[in-house]
Amino acid sequence: MIEVRFHGRGGQGAVTAARLLVEAAFLEGKYGQAFPFFGAERRGAPIVAFARIDDKPIRTRTQVYEPSHVVVLDPTLLEVTNVAAGLKAGGIVVVNAKEAPTGLPAGRLAVVDATGIALETLGAPITNTAILGALARATKLVSLDSLVRAVGNYFGDKLAEKNIAAVRVAYERTKLL
Amino acid sequence: MKQVLTGNEAAAIAAKLARVKVISAYPITPQTAIVEKLAEFVANGELDAEFMKVESEHSAMSACIGAAAVGARAFTATSSQGLMLMSEMLYIAAGLRLPIVMANANRALSAPLNIWCDQQDSMAVRDSGWVQLYCEDNQEILDSILQAYRVAEELMLPVMVCFDGYILSHTAEPVDVPEQEEVDDFLPPYRPRHPLDPAMPVTMGPVGVPEYYQEIRYMLHEAVRAARDKIVEVDREYGKRFGRRYGLVECYRSDDAEIILLTLGSLSGTAKDLIDRSRKRGERVGLVRVRAYRPFPREVLVKALEHAKVVAVLEKDISLGWAGALFADVSCALANVEGAPLLMNFICGLGGRDVSPLQIREALRAAARAAEVGEVKRPVRWLGLREKLVGLGI
Amino acid sequence: MVEGDILKIIAGAVITEPGNTAQTETGSWRNFRPVIDEAKCTGCGMCWMFCPEPAISKGKPARVDYRYCKGCGICANECPFKAITMVPEGRD
Repeated sequence: MIEVRFHGRGGQGAVTAARLLVEAAFLEGKYGQAFPFFGAERRGAPIVAFARIDDKPIRTRTQVYEPSHVVVLDPTLLEVTNVAAGLKAGGIVVVNAKEAPTGLPAGRLAVVDATGIALETLGAPITNTAILGALARATKLVSLDSLVRAVGNYFGDKLAEKNIAAVRVAYERTKLL
Repeated sequence: MKQVLTGNEAAAIAAKLARVKVISAYPITPQTAIVEKLAEFVANGELDAEFMKVESEHSAMSACIGAAAVGARAFTATSSQGLMLMSEMLYIAAGLRLPIVMANANRALSAPLNIWCDQQDSMAVRDSGWVQLYCEDNQEILDSILQAYRVAEELMLPVMVCFDGYILSHTAEPVDVPEQEEVDDFLPPYRPRHPLDPAMPVTMGPVGVPEYYQEIRYMLHEAVRAARDKIVEVDREYGKRFGRRYGLVECYRSDDAEIILLTLGSLSGTAKDLIDRSRKRGERVGLVRVRAYRPFPREVLVKALEHAKVVAVLEKDISLGWAGALFADVSCALANVEGAPLLMNFICGLGGRDVSPLQIREALRAAARAAEVGEVKRPVRWLGLREKLVGLGI
Repeated sequence: MVEGDILKIIAGAVITEPGNTAQTETGSWRNFRPVIDEAKCTGCGMCWMFCPEPAISKGKPARVDYRYCKGCGICANECPFKAITMVPEGRD
């Protein structure tokens, strides 16, 4: 079972990111579970969301304590949160940043300027779909094609187009360090 | 067709598939998304129903009572404080024998204010005459709401479908959504026996004087008891049509188990994974999950538990000053049973505290020790309690 | 619902015979009986409106149905013309 933890701030779409990852895995015939850390979510507050993916039905319903991979939707979180807490050996940290942040293990780090890409494609700093492109590229948890289909299904026509663009651009521009 | 749905979405879709005619609700976290979704279905024409916005949960249930009394299939959803505010009307809905179905996203009760999951809310109204079903996953939420209308309308009883707030209500996972035609075949339109109808006047809600009240309560009690067979019958038919069955209780690797975890709701899944791991080490452990809590499934439970050495009851509620509600009920069910197992109670997961595998493991270990020595010294314990936080002058 | 001589309760205590309160002749509860002074009665209908039973029919003069009148005295109290007197039963 693969477990992914998403770190974001309220309004950046971390909960939706977890759900879209599961939707994409579901399209590939896998089982999944996406859920927020059940807090009092407010815009700007640090929040966490989780996704589980497996080949068989998922019964466990605890929070994720030892994630396989971590996704950081906002670079400012690196200063206030230990995003790598509990990360399993070999796990990848996918970070939204312009440049590679220090203090994270090299060799298992993926960096993408998701904010820049979101502004470019959506016109708003909602980084969830862009960062998913990076996650797909770095971890191969789901294929780009499944992710594009999941995003297409989830959003209405116009929004889908823009978000698919965000996914694709991020997939191309992700740097694996 | 399979879709990825949250528990709330599954509940809303189930109500839509049941072709409910009246939805009356007041928003409350973590239930709100259910009625939001239903409002959307009504607004965009996908569901032909009256959506009644009311000023409180008390009014929401009152409106459902009126709707069901005239013969409309009624639905509402609530949580926590909303259920408490509704409680007066819950007893009336049951007493009038109106087949209302309600989704309750389980949430802790104030004070202190807490929006997270435990099962204190529905436990507080367990004696209201409503049938109570507790779900383990989002598929079961959808299936249980469809089954609930059959049970409700055939026995003229209200049914509450309970599922853990956030842990299910806000978790997205694959759910098989049946086709409308299949549901229509399973669930015919609601035909009340004595509706409020100006063409055939009846009196509903008369005074129950001492000469009659006790008999009326006895009849309600017998009807709730009869729901045991009805739930099984409806579930069996549902299983034939849709391939999924749940029963009154679910037994998981419990046949030859010396230690059995007794659970309600979503923590059962986490516990099952733990049972598998313990089984691999050769430990004879199993799990029994209570799905139908009211009526209490005494016979099947006794049968499922009687061969165990120790039964550890894990639950997210407490009757303050005594023990968990399920523990008290199962103790009562096992009274007069010869060679009944030792019973232990573990209070856990209150107000959204995560019930981790570590906590469940702790309960299993304590139960194993009790099995070894053959006695239980401290029957009621708390899991995951941060004892150093407990202040003076408790 | 009545089966033989036994009244059987219907689930939810629904009463399916409309108007069955007429079967209970509450006139037997009466200690005082209202007597209407026909000369004073204007037929205003105030007593008819206030009678809780209702056991008074409107008219000039108003008429009391003693099968149902419980003798509560509200009519006598409300009559604007003091046309109703409450008389102890058994002393006509």
